[in-house]
Amino acid sequence: MTTKKFMFVNRKAPYGTIYALESLEVVLIGAAFEQDVSMAFIDDGVYQLKKGHQTKGIEMKAFEKTYGALEDYDVNKLYVDEQSLAARGLTADDLCVPVEVMSRAAIGQLMAEQDVLLSF
Amino acid sequence: MLNIVNKSPLDRTALQACIDAATGGSILLIEDGVYAATRGNAFEAKLKAVQGSYKLFALGPDLDARGFGDRVMDGVTVVDYAGFVELVAEHKNCQSWL
Amino acid sequence: MKFAIQVNEGPYTHQASDSAYHFTKAVLAAGHEVFRVFFYHDGVNNATRLTTPPQDDRNIVNRWSKLAQGSELDLVVCVAAAQRRGIVDDGEAKRNGKDATNLAPGFRISGLGQLIEAGIQADRLVVFGD
Repeated sequence: MTTKKFMFVNRKAPYGTIYALESLEVVLIGAAFEQDVSMAFIDDGVYQLKKGHQTKGIEMKAFEKTYGALEDYDVNKLYVDEQSLAARGLTADDLCVPVEVMSRAAIGQLMAEQDVLLSF
Repeated sequence: MLNIVNKSPLDRTALQACIDAATGGSILLIEDGVYAATRGNAFEAKLKAVQGSYKLFALGPDLDARGFGDRVMDGVTVVDYAGFVELVAEHKNCQSWL
Repeated sequence: MKFAIQVNEGPYTHQASDSAYHFTKAVLAAGHEVFRVFFYHDGVNNATRLTTPPQDDRNIVNRWSKLAQGSELDLVVCVAAAQRRGIVDDGEAKRNGKDATNLAPGFRISGLGQLIEAGIQADRLVVFGD
């Protein structure tokens, strides 16, 4: 099968809408297709990776742990926009998984190289 | 790359995010994104400033529907759905800035 | 050229499904192939045959169904998203013990793998959403 570069672009915060959770479901399914997969987190998308989600009070499934499981699925390319982190008072230490923090321009470069960009 | 933006820049950050990240190519404004391409809106200057880096397009049926068919800023090419398809076909990849 | 189209929002609230429909028609009119239209998130709500808009409004669901029948379009509704939102075909009704079905003609329910496959097989994938 052909290998394509897939990037999942996350620009939305978790819980307020379902996009983050259902995006993650696509990534996990997509891993089985052995494509070149990466995830980008920009703007409010960086909130998805903030550690310490306690969702008991809103009775929603906390899916923070799923990000930690991504490497078991060989999804290792997690790119986080530095500018978006800074704008939200966050640093890489606040995130629940190891990521590559990079400039927005660098993420833009990576986007330009993709075959398929799925936005959520 | 063809960047597709469907949000008003006065309400949401999609277009700004696109401009900050994208490395050139084209921007196609559809749905509420077309307001960015209308004369006199507060984002017009920002869009003008990136005209050297991007080719700018707006979807005609969405402009018309919103009463702005005759108030498109200079430098923006208006296309119909067939033109939308051509734009997707002629760019190597596309991204919808949702 | 082969196109794949993803629809992330339901009918009427967002323009996404309308835009995707007009885009799909234009793809076909230009002589291109539509490999698949994949409905995800609230987009699965485009597939309920129980939709009854006012008579002077477009029927978004029927419009997709007709396009599918006329052009042999593959309209795929994500099973996980559909289960959450109550979009049910015969198989799903049996499996989950539901007393009704509502999947509109021309649509089929299948897995998320169909979206990834569409991304692999098609030359371009265009996402419509909010």
